[in-house]
Amino acid sequence: MKMSIREAINQTLHQEMARDERVIVLGEDVASDQGGVYGITEGLPAQFGVHRVIDTPITESAIVGAAGGAALTGLRPVAELMFVDFLGVCLDQILNQIAKFRYMFGGQARTPLVIRTMIGAGTGTGPQHSQILYPLLAAIPGIKVVTPANAADAKGLLTTAIRDDDPVIFCEHKALYMDECEVPEGEYLLPFGQARTAVQGSDITIVGMSRTAVIAEQAAAQLAQKGVSAEVIDLRTLSPLDESTILESLAKTGRLVVVDESNPYCSMASEIAGLAAEQGFDTLDAPVKRITSPHTPVPATPCLEADYVPSVERVMAAVEETLSY
Amino acid sequence: MQQSQIALEKLHDAYRLMKTIREFEERMRSEYQQGKLPGFIHIYRNQEAVAVAACLDMTNEDYIASTHRGHGHCIAKGCEIEAMLLELACKEDGLCNGKGGSMHIADMSKGMLGANAIVGGGPPIAAGAALTAKTLNNGAVSMAFIGDGASDQGTVAESLNLAVVLQLPMIFMYENNRYAEFTKSPKPDGRIAERAGAFGMPAEVVDGSDFFAMYDACQRAITRGREGGGPTAIEAVCNRYYGHFEGDPQAYRDQDELAQERAVSDPIPRFLADPRAAALSAESIAEIDAAILAEIDRGFEVTYAAADPTPDKLYTDVYIHYEGRLR
Ligand SMILES: Cc1ncc(C[n+]2csc(CCOP(=O)(O)OP(=O)(O)O)c2C)c(N)n1
Ligand SMILES: [Mg+2]
Repeated sequence: MKMSIREAINQTLHQEMARDERVIVLGEDVASDQGGVYGITEGLPAQFGVHRVIDTPITESAIVGAAGGAALTGLRPVAELMFVDFLGVCLDQILNQIAKFRYMFGGQARTPLVIRTMIGAGTGTGPQHSQILYPLLAAIPGIKVVTPANAADAKGLLTTAIRDDDPVIFCEHKALYMDECEVPEGEYLLPFGQARTAVQGSDITIVGMSRTAVIAEQAAAQLAQKGVSAEVIDLRTLSPLDESTILESLAKTGRLVVVDESNPYCSMASEIAGLAAEQGFDTLDAPVKRITSPHTPVPATPCLEADYVPSVERVMAAVEETLSY
Repeated sequence: MQQSQIALEKLHDAYRLMKTIREFEERMRSEYQQGKLPGFIHIYRNQEAVAVAACLDMTNEDYIASTHRGHGHCIAKGCEIEAMLLELACKEDGLCNGKGGSMHIADMSKGMLGANAIVGGGPPIAAGAALTAKTLNNGAVSMAFIGDGASDQGTVAESLNLAVVLQLPMIFMYENNRYAEFTKSPKPDGRIAERAGAFGMPAEVVDGSDFFAMYDACQRAITRGREGGGPTAIEAVCNRYYGHFEGDPQAYRDQDELAQERAVSDPIPRFLADPRAAALSAESIAEIDAAILAEIDRGFEVTYAAADPTPDKLYTDVYIHYEGRLR
């Protein structure tokens, strides 16, 4: 069935709550009639009751921390951190508590927690509502980071996330919510750590994630018209990272462009460039290109915001440069 | 309680500022609805008396830290209409060069330390500004505006505690409009002040639609702060007239109740009907009204003719000085 990412997430939450009564949803406005600002949790309170779909006060440390504590003690919470920017409010609970329970408790702990959060620029909402931040999260041992780029993956990855016994941060790009594609009916799980080869190609590898996977696909379509065969890899999960799919593609194409909406330093693009330098050195025919946002906050003004995020044009230019090296 | 007599000039200012906020935002709404303004905007209508009473006795040396619903706070603190409009339209010559927009608008020259898109982001900053005032012993005060929803944020509780521990010249100005986004406040009115008071500071509940009651309370709090008496909390009970952000039709609110609340909580007619505003003549009101509309018209004219930031501006003002590469 064709549906949007928004609908796929909503459907998955319905399915998983129906399947396992330990799954609860909590966050700000999640039990409101419209199901939050983007309607993601719409219909859940009517079906499962407000004891399982819980509106919280505006208090991210307690929302995330309590979800972690509930997970530690037997529930399977899906907490909503409305915008990933609010990570600033609750980072201790993620960084020092939830991520470390298992290790520092010597393997006693199980923390089946999902934190759903909205990422990315593109809505003109400025520096505190537009960040990406997934590299920061992916750098933390003990949590997994998931970045779906289409509705089918959103369903498959969210189902897996909810059933996973480790804490997972599920990043939803706000500019992709209405993107539609075919989504498998019924139960659908996708394994973590398996990238998706979105487009097969032989001349160059373009790696993307979340919205930049979509941008990479658009670039590949335009490149095809110019006779360039680009292979597009959508990482799907950043931690765990599917290194072998990247390296295998690189072995085939010899050229690599990574497109990542995060700021450049310590980005996923840097991580993957490092991987290519370390383990794919012999297969590289040209330097790796990293296309990222700049080392600046996200400006509110739409004209600068449009320049801020990686674009199809920038990917095309990087591909051309790499091919003509 | 003291009932202050207000000088005529202050009365003029109070009326002018409340009316400016009202007209400014009504015009903004209609421009926004036509797609002419970017981002999210949060309208302050019917809460004007809070901002204006709060800032009327402040100077540019005093500080405020605002919220996502910050246009009224800006105007009350003396930000220029034109510079504000340029910012809300994200133009190059806006107060923040278009990089902040509605939710991050700031004017350091006016002691306006920023709207804030992080709920609960402001109070620690205001506490820091109060610490500056206390350390420099310059008699300045600092005020944080805090929504009823924000009152639950940990940063707010931590700031309350710090302000008491350090005896900061700070005012916690709660605006209890009884809604946080689409969710009605589960707390009865007064609970917020009660909580603040429990930290060990004077805290009172005031009708936020009653300019004069608000002004009296703010004078007491500001005087206390200036004289080294430490922090004060005020819970201004008011009504959120429009939706959470522009475009939210408030389907979750009982429409009869909303209509009723809207009518009784409009601070402007209430101000004019108060005997203490009797000195304001009909003539001067008409004059003020005309001047406000002219200023707003001019502001929009300038704004729509103004330039967007040039692409190089993406890379300016990340740091004052930076040895590294930005792109
Ligand atoms: C840390 C953080 N959490 C959540 C939000 C989303 N949000 C923006 S405004 C708002 C409601 C705030 O309600 P209140 O403090 O009562 O202010 P009001 O909108 O009524 O002026 C929420 C939840 C945010 N911007 N920042
Ligand atoms: Mg409120």
